[in-house]
Amino acid sequence: MTLDGKCPSGPLPGKWEKHCHDLKLVSPANKRKYRIIVVGTGLAGASAAATLGELGYNVESFCYQDSPRRAHSIAAQGGINAAKNYPNDGDSTYRLFHDTIKGGDFRAREANVYRLASISSRIIDQCVAQGVPFARDYAGYLDTRSFGGAQVSRTFYARGQTGQQLLLGAYAALSRQVRAGTVRIHPRTEMLDLVVVNGEAKGITVRDMVTGRISGHAADAVCLCTGGYTNVFYLSTNAMGSNVTATFRAYRKGAFFANPCYTQIHPTCIPVTGDHQAKLTLMSESLRNDGRVWVPKVRADRRPPHEIPEEERDYYLERKYPAFGNLAPRDISSRAAKEVCDGGHGVGPGGRGVYLDFSDAISRVGEGKIRERYGNLFEMYEKITGEDAYKRPMRIYPAPHYAMGGLWVDYNLESSLPGLFVLGEANFSDHGANRLGASALMQGLADGYFIIPHTISHYLAQTRPGAANQGDPAFIQSVEACEALIKKLLSIKGKKTVNEFHRELGRIMWEDAGMARSRESLERALRRIPELRAEFWENVIIPGGEAELNQELEKAGRVADFLEFGELLARDALHRNESCGGHFRTEYQTPDGEAKRDDENYCYAAAWEYKGDGREPELHKEPLVFEDVHLAVRSYK
Amino acid sequence: MDLTLFVWKQSGPEAPGRLEEYRAKDITQDMSFLEMLDMVNEGLIREGRDPIAFDHDCREGICGMCSQVVNGVPHGPLEKTTICQLHMRHFRDGDTLYIEPFRARAFPVIRDLIVDRSGLERIIRSGGYISVHTGGVPDANVILIPKADADIAMDAAECIGCGACVAACPNGSAMLFTAAKVAHLALLPQGRAEGARRVCLMTEEMMKEGFGSCGNHYECQSVCPKGIKVKFIAKLNREFIKAKVKGG
Amino acid sequence: MNTAVGRKIVMSVTGVSMIAFVTVHLLGNSTLYAGPEGINAYAAALHRFGVVIWAFRLTLFAMFSLHVIYGVQLYLDNRVAKPNGYAVAKNIASTFAGRNMIWTGLLIAGFVFYHLLQFTFQTVGPGPAAAAHPDSAGRPDVFTMVVQGLGSYAVSGLYCIGLAAVGLHLGHSIQSAVQTLGLNSERSLPLVIRGGTLAALLIFLGFISIPLAILAGVVK
Repeated sequence: MTLDGKCPSGPLPGKWEKHCHDLKLVSPANKRKYRIIVVGTGLAGASAAATLGELGYNVESFCYQDSPRRAHSIAAQGGINAAKNYPNDGDSTYRLFHDTIKGGDFRAREANVYRLASISSRIIDQCVAQGVPFARDYAGYLDTRSFGGAQVSRTFYARGQTGQQLLLGAYAALSRQVRAGTVRIHPRTEMLDLVVVNGEAKGITVRDMVTGRISGHAADAVCLCTGGYTNVFYLSTNAMGSNVTATFRAYRKGAFFANPCYTQIHPTCIPVTGDHQAKLTLMSESLRNDGRVWVPKVRADRRPPHEIPEEERDYYLERKYPAFGNLAPRDISSRAAKEVCDGGHGVGPGGRGVYLDFSDAISRVGEGKIRERYGNLFEMYEKITGEDAYKRPMRIYPAPHYAMGGLWVDYNLESSLPGLFVLGEANFSDHGANRLGASALMQGLADGYFIIPHTISHYLAQTRPGAANQGDPAFIQSVEACEALIKKLLSIKGKKTVNEFHRELGRIMWEDAGMARSRESLERALRRIPELRAEFWENVIIPGGEAELNQELEKAGRVADFLEFGELLARDALHRNESCGGHFRTEYQTPDGEAKRDDENYCYAAAWEYKGDGREPELHKEPLVFEDVHLAVRSYK
Repeated sequence: MDLTLFVWKQSGPEAPGRLEEYRAKDITQDMSFLEMLDMVNEGLIREGRDPIAFDHDCREGICGMCSQVVNGVPHGPLEKTTICQLHMRHFRDGDTLYIEPFRARAFPVIRDLIVDRSGLERIIRSGGYISVHTGGVPDANVILIPKADADIAMDAAECIGCGACVAACPNGSAMLFTAAKVAHLALLPQGRAEGARRVCLMTEEMMKEGFGSCGNHYECQSVCPKGIKVKFIAKLNREFIKAKVKGG
Repeated sequence: MNTAVGRKIVMSVTGVSMIAFVTVHLLGNSTLYAGPEGINAYAAALHRFGVVIWAFRLTLFAMFSLHVIYGVQLYLDNRVAKPNGYAVAKNIASTFAGRNMIWTGLLIAGFVFYHLLQFTFQTVGPGPAAAAHPDSAGRPDVFTMVVQGLGSYAVSGLYCIGLAAVGLHLGHSIQSAVQTLGLNSERSLPLVIRGGTLAALLIFLGFISIPLAILAGVVK
């Protein structure tokens, strides 16, 4: 089946405005009759729930954390892009659009990306009005900085905690709506299933993580804002609780999953120290503005960094990509780091690390200036490694960070299941095969504040409010199925812990479906994952019961879904016989090791439809049509 | 290194709790405190015993979910550090650690080291925001904010809402938490309009939630993982007095 | 004003007023060092204000009562707010004085009660009631009352305990009042803490010098 993204016709700059005009509205008096479920309270979820509440809808907001403010958007460090062109350095909506399309290796939907770029500016206005304390210059104007993959300075930031400040802004808006009575928050509540009535998404089934009670919640539409799935790699920069369950269960209920193989490996993370490691910590990419990346030219050089003379250092990013240098996009920097480490030049334990050196910047602008820019990052680095990065270079290594893939959505952010909308990282739409730095925050907030309020009304205006309720057979069946699954998990009483399975899955994914993949490795992954999954269902041990706070049970449910999802990711990666962005197939590369796209055969979004357990999912294609940009080889040289 | 742990175990909000002894063996310096607990838990699960329940999520010191007291100090002995960012190199072989939940009446224990901090939520809901609708706002550079003010507002806005201030306070007061939000918004021109109303609503809510009053002991400041200063409490008091004087 | 913050402000305002009184009181007391001529003249001068002095006393009593009532109320509320402590108690910033404000406060209340009975209402001894024993100039002989009243080790001991409580109480409360009234900045806070402690110490030493001087026979 060929999928239709429902992009409006007409010239690119006017598409969204024209579309908004064509969308149906719900009258103010009728809005309160509609109930909308929003799952997740990150930037996309919190901004959507707050805005929908403001408009007068009845909103139910769910999160697994104890407070909406803790969603993992909070951890984004670097900044948020906006085409304000405040520094007068040649930025424009079109340039941000073009950078994002190019950064995504021409695998994103043109109309979506243009809309994102054109909304970007309003996001900054909105956040400032909410009281987000962005960095300012001495005259009181907003300050910007440059970021990976861009040659203009368009990234707005609040120290190294931009995500935190933006999320707290959205959380404040959300809190205001809770007080106004339009939004109800359900914290410590995890979505276990999507409920579909007559082919439309009409609710969810959740587990109260304190009491263990499983219940259905009916609504007129459901928004999933549940983030990405990179914890399928076990070690990633995501929060411990980040999971694929919500989107994967929606996939099992009929929503298509698009481009799961597009995963971003972030180049600047703190290297792994051992098996005990529970997660990886990212150091903001903004560090690359002032840090220079290098490795020793001599293999297995064990000298301390300051003893290695300048001429024996290989500043490989500057050497290979002179135009962008240390600011080359994430996928390219990550792969370059892996390449030098595979070549034996890596530093630190196990040779899995490269230096990020600030000594030049410190002698240029002084330690005080560097401290002002990145003080909190240097502190964090010292806490974790016990090393002082003002004195010796940081050691960094790539780590799984972001999922460009996600549930397939059309231009309205509606999935292939009517009534199911997907926002933020959970959808697939805007970043193509690779996301540029400081664009995730932009997308989450664009979706939540400015897009969903328009598009959801179009759907709701065509439905009767309150059509579904918790007494419907679909809800009862869903609750029973979730209860049965939990009983089954608890009854296994095997020998291996959930973490052991997760760690093993992560190893398979990282080795065989990670930064560089091949047909051979992917086929191996497709053999190993089902074996591991079978073992999981026979040998996992989960202590405790169902009707209580049971963290192992929570993890087990998530890992069970990762064990299914990992296979889908590998299958997608195997089918895509090209390299693009975050998806690098070793068979498809140029002689100098760059990704080689195949626009003739793979210029489409791959959306997978679940066909039942043990059956292969069906592939649907949405052709990507580029009306305004010219498909080019992505070069940062 | 090997450690002896005394960990607070409590099966539910109404159940009685007690300290239970555990051994943490073969701990390495590079482990984080929570990775050490992960390891203890893995061992307990394999033995068929009940693992220690504790809140955690981002493990980067920013989400504010982790909430433990180590040897009487919320988030442990290292200054300006959440427990998830505390590494074992700060402990020594043979150490005995007492690990307890954040304690205050407003933070009832849910299980083991997990507490209910929804009181902090309700303080924010009572007025910890600027009442602006989505859309219809002026360009971001229309209202200039002096760098110094923006920087101080940011100092206050860095609060992660973990509740360590409440846990450390001899009175179980949430003043530092509340003050951080009041000060953050009061320092920005956008937040001034509602300033008086906000400080009154938030301090009222704080009392309703059962938090104690500020005794100016400053324990909060010394355990705050983000280094939020008690000068913001003075700022809150100032805002409060101004509001009362003006509002009568 | 009935929130915790409002009550604390009442505590501060009343507290600061009483600190002002205590300071003036200390200056008045120092006239004792000038012998009977000093303090008896001072007392007589004060009594010439008549109605004003009573108005002052009533105001002070109202402040005192408010301070005690709110203080006790805050203490009880705070105890409810923090029902149990930690297995290992660890105080980083708080002080002994700060944590024991309620106890030093109650001690002060008891001490003030006795002090008023002894020297204001002159109904308990030791020491002759000044009002009933005029000096050679016909003024109440406050000097003799005080010197004989504090001449016993037991009474002086009592005063030392009471004054120690005052010292500790002020040791925390001066900086606390400045903070509660919102007068602190980041830079002023450490100075205020040190200044407050120093001022409390000076007041304590000033007051305690009198019973000690009497016991040592410096004043007789």
